[in-house]
Amino acid sequence: MANAHLPPAEPEPSLNRVDGRLKVTGAATYSAEYPFDNLAHAVLITSTIAKGRITNINAKPAEAAPGVLAVISHRNTPGVPAYPPLKQPAERAPIGTAFRVFYDELIYFSGQPVAVVVAQTLEQAQQAASLVEIDYQTETHQTDFVANRSKAAIAMNVQRNKTSPFQDYDRGDPDAMPSAEVKLEATYTIPTQHHQPLEPHAIIAVWEADDKLTVYDKNQGVKSAQGNLAQAFKLPRDNVKVNAQFIGGAFGSGIRVWPHTVAAVLAAKQVKRPVKLVLGRELMFTSVGYRPFTEQKLAIGATKTGILTAIMHEGIGQTSAYEEHLERTILATRAMYACLNVSTRYRLLNLDVNTPTWMRGPGDATGMFALESALDELAFALQLDPLELRLRNHADADPERNLPWSAKSLKECYRMGSEQFGWKNRKPEPQSMQTDGMLVGYGMASSLYGFHRHPSKAKAMMQADGSVVVQSATMDIGPGTGTAMTQIAARMLGVSPKKIRFDLGDSSLPDAPGQNGSATIPSVGSAVHDACKALKNKLLILGASMPGSILSSAWPDEIEIKNGRIYPNAESRSSVSYADILKYHKLPQVEMTEESKSGPERDQYSMYSFGCHFVEVHVSPVTGEVRVKRVVTCADVGKIINDKTARSQSIGGVVGGIGMALMEESVMDHRYGRYVTSDFASYHIPVHADIPQIEVFFVDQPDVHVNPIGAKGLGEIAIVGVAAAVANAVFHATGKRVRELPITVDKLV
Amino acid sequence: MKPFEYVRPSTLQEAIELVATNPKAQFIAGGTNLIDLMKHNIAAPGKLVDINHLPLKKIEKRDGFLRIGALVLNSEVASHKRVLASHPLLVQALNAGASGQLRNMATVGGNLLQRTRCPYFYDRAFPCNKRIPGSGCGALGGINRMHAIFGVPEKPDPRSCIAVHPSDLSVALSALEATVWVQGPHGERQIPMNDFHRLPNNRPEQDTTLANGELITAVEIPDAVFPKHVHYLKVRDRASYAFALVSVAAALDIDQNRIKTVRLAMGGVAHKPWRLFEAEKLLTGQTVSETIFRQAAEVAMQGARAFEHNAYKLKVAPNAIVQALKLAASLS
Ligand SMILES: Cc1cc2nc3c(=O)[nH]c(=O)nc-3n(C[C@H](O)[C@H](O)[C@H](O)COP(=O)(O)OP(=O)(O)OC[C@H]3O[C@@H](n4cnc5c(N)ncnc54)[C@H](O)[C@@H]3O)c2cc1C
Ligand code: SF4
Repeated sequence: MANAHLPPAEPEPSLNRVDGRLKVTGAATYSAEYPFDNLAHAVLITSTIAKGRITNINAKPAEAAPGVLAVISHRNTPGVPAYPPLKQPAERAPIGTAFRVFYDELIYFSGQPVAVVVAQTLEQAQQAASLVEIDYQTETHQTDFVANRSKAAIAMNVQRNKTSPFQDYDRGDPDAMPSAEVKLEATYTIPTQHHQPLEPHAIIAVWEADDKLTVYDKNQGVKSAQGNLAQAFKLPRDNVKVNAQFIGGAFGSGIRVWPHTVAAVLAAKQVKRPVKLVLGRELMFTSVGYRPFTEQKLAIGATKTGILTAIMHEGIGQTSAYEEHLERTILATRAMYACLNVSTRYRLLNLDVNTPTWMRGPGDATGMFALESALDELAFALQLDPLELRLRNHADADPERNLPWSAKSLKECYRMGSEQFGWKNRKPEPQSMQTDGMLVGYGMASSLYGFHRHPSKAKAMMQADGSVVVQSATMDIGPGTGTAMTQIAARMLGVSPKKIRFDLGDSSLPDAPGQNGSATIPSVGSAVHDACKALKNKLLILGASMPGSILSSAWPDEIEIKNGRIYPNAESRSSVSYADILKYHKLPQVEMTEESKSGPERDQYSMYSFGCHFVEVHVSPVTGEVRVKRVVTCADVGKIINDKTARSQSIGGVVGGIGMALMEESVMDHRYGRYVTSDFASYHIPVHADIPQIEVFFVDQPDVHVNPIGAKGLGEIAIVGVAAAVANAVFHATGKRVRELPITVDKLV
Repeated sequence: MKPFEYVRPSTLQEAIELVATNPKAQFIAGGTNLIDLMKHNIAAPGKLVDINHLPLKKIEKRDGFLRIGALVLNSEVASHKRVLASHPLLVQALNAGASGQLRNMATVGGNLLQRTRCPYFYDRAFPCNKRIPGSGCGALGGINRMHAIFGVPEKPDPRSCIAVHPSDLSVALSALEATVWVQGPHGERQIPMNDFHRLPNNRPEQDTTLANGELITAVEIPDAVFPKHVHYLKVRDRASYAFALVSVAAALDIDQNRIKTVRLAMGGVAHKPWRLFEAEKLLTGQTVSETIFRQAAEVAMQGARAFEHNAYKLKVAPNAIVQALKLAASLS
């Protein structure tokens, strides 16, 4: 695979989004928008207590309400076939049990689905839902992380799995920390944060037959959703169809099949009609996971000249009482800097809340907030420029795995970023820069994100008219997957992007991973590359076999293909088109399916994306308000497939990072174990006025060791480190180190 | 949302009668607040009386007053030439509120009558005295970062409410000593802005002194004594589209560096727009200076009390007062 990479981008380096027009004109169909004549509407009823049991459900008034088709709860559910038989009395699920929908009377968290009302219209279902009376017997709940911190423990999952990366980790000399010349210790906290994509989660569930299920469901992986639903309802995999062609953002909230999806499938089974269920904004806070509340302790030892001699990173993450959610919180610290002596610890705290899930840059965004804040603190303590400190500790090889990097241009990112930003104008002292009565702060942080590539298939089809269809069951939650894949196919086949259609978001297409871990371009992009390459080769052979073919004596590596016409070499004026070849052979279409996956290079190289962010903030000394004024972000993610969509990813990541740093916080009233932030008036995400000019730079050099297209993932690294860069800028502006996100007015005045 | 009846009367009398004679009937104007409340089953009117077709949509110059009809949109007021010239404070306050889309729907009358944003009020799983009198105040011992520091009870009692009124417009109207014109089943009356909203005392369910069936027809603002030295300062968690943590409306009439008249009101600190009468007194007749502004802020803060999460307001509010005064006086 080495040295193989994409032909140069021609003729359109930044193809516009292939589905852009559909989206902006409203012609794209999202999950909740599929029309059905006999569609019924479902509304979830969720628990108002955090722990206890349901003692009574009075559904009679609701059942008697106009239009109501069913009120389903654990008392009358058609049941999920894969759930174990009920015990009497009900017993709490052991840790490691995915939440079971309408299973028994037990309550595990506030906001847990306890019943679903199905009616002819949405309004009727909503009205009826307000009439269902539910009595609970409460038990003492624990939702307060801080109050329960001492109960945090090594995850059972880790205890069972000796090779888990979350095992306690120590490398080097345990005495390095105590004997360090300079020592620093601090605790960093990030609150619970929610993905809250603009499109709420929604599903239409249709039982086509007793053993055939189709769902139009907002998720990030049609194949995994298919497998999950097939398993839950004990159906042959092929009898379950999952469609998620258009997704209005997800950020990780769609990686799993969540309870509301199962509830809709159960409801459709019960009423024997297609059922639609859309989560209201408030239910989005308790139904589809979140970035967990996490506390991290960082201890750093260094020489007076700023060489890191020891790092200890401990993280505690929150999870539910029934499942363990682990994330990479402490892992980046092992690979980021050339430090010989590193220890990490990771613990989980089970609370009476719903299970968290991956949210953009899962674990790394959290962990790098702590590590990169701590480095800034160290730089200040040493009176060293924060960028210089990072350069002095640059890891030239992976210090964790002792392997060479597949590619790493972090220094180039630092150089580009600092130049573009004007980092040299930063005065070292905090509070030393001002403009118009505002305190000015410059901050920076590094970022990294592991490379993920999963086995993926793609099918490429040449049609008789020379147009191309490429298919894979991959997803587009926003990055522009279809556009990038079209571009890869266009370059491989020498066909105009206009003549290519890329199909995704349908479980009947060739196998592909869900869209997460920034793995789509590396994985599916490689499969599309391989499938198109195979298709081209097959067509060239077919072409050469035509009598008197100009291709029969052509050297394969001299062949040029432009606009679907094949030239034996660059100088040649005669050509043959793909359509000619199919016509001659009387073929309606020619297709190739390829599977692409990583090989031995995984053990020869350590693979990461790298980057950095530079941020300028203004802080009002009067009100404590922080506004980000400027961001320069640089990433080395290998080859950039589409500059425009890549830029959008980076901008989106920075916006998410600004939200994480300055406003996003899901606040719970622990007396009730219930969120008080349950709408967009109280859960703040950045608005346009919060977002300044964001400049994006890419190194844009193929990483020849990772895959045939030389491209690594970008979605996650775009957010990793941003929160630290903002917090560091705030420190520089104000001299105040805020270690608890978000950095709000009350923490600065 | 509960099923409701919808009517669209064409005269004021009809509209007033429809609401006055039916305890379950409610006016609807832009609907930007009421519909939200209905979706959450906080408000469940049996009958919606749509007033959007009533003739209350004019901005008129009257003798000594500017009269703004209750149905004029927030965005219309904020872009009205005469208002821009004569009452810039109003414009600043309006533009600091909500979003462009909301301002295009929200009416002046509705803005005054929007309900608190206290999260306990919005979620029926929590207790809330404003929603269900006697059920308790969720915020008092709970999350109260957004809540009041003025007009709050010394000792919490079972009927307490520490919510703040969220309207920006009302704060400016309060500073400008506007009058609310209302018409009810028993005729017309005028309510001075400062008496329009009330402190919760023992009836937090009652936001204003408006009687059942009374319709706001207009607000009247005395003519421009403050066309120049005004500032509306809004401290918030993001740059736009967020309710005030603290806001200050400052209006000064300055003659040769002397403060002839001053009006100050704060938002985000009480159950009503909070006029700073004592600070106004202190400032009147004084020479413009940061020192005197700071003294005024200190006076203004007397009697403020914080709860577990809103102590920062005790620091932000006086700073915001000084800053608003400085900006209004073009002193920087
Ligand atoms: C997300 C969001 C953010 C917001 N941010 C802000 C902000 O930052 N600052 C701010 O000030 N506001 C803000 N608002 C509130 C907004 O300004 C109000 O919702 C709006 O002004 C209400 O006006 P309306 O015409 O839509 O009222 P409606 O929703 O129609 O009515 C509100 C109430 O007033 C009553 N009513 C309406 N007109 C009359 C009348 N003429 N006489 C008697 N009763 C009447 C109705 O019966 C109802 O009880 C925000 C709102 C939202 C949804
Ligand atoms: S502050 Fe007022 S609105 Fe909020 S919970 Fe208490 S009583 Fe209800």
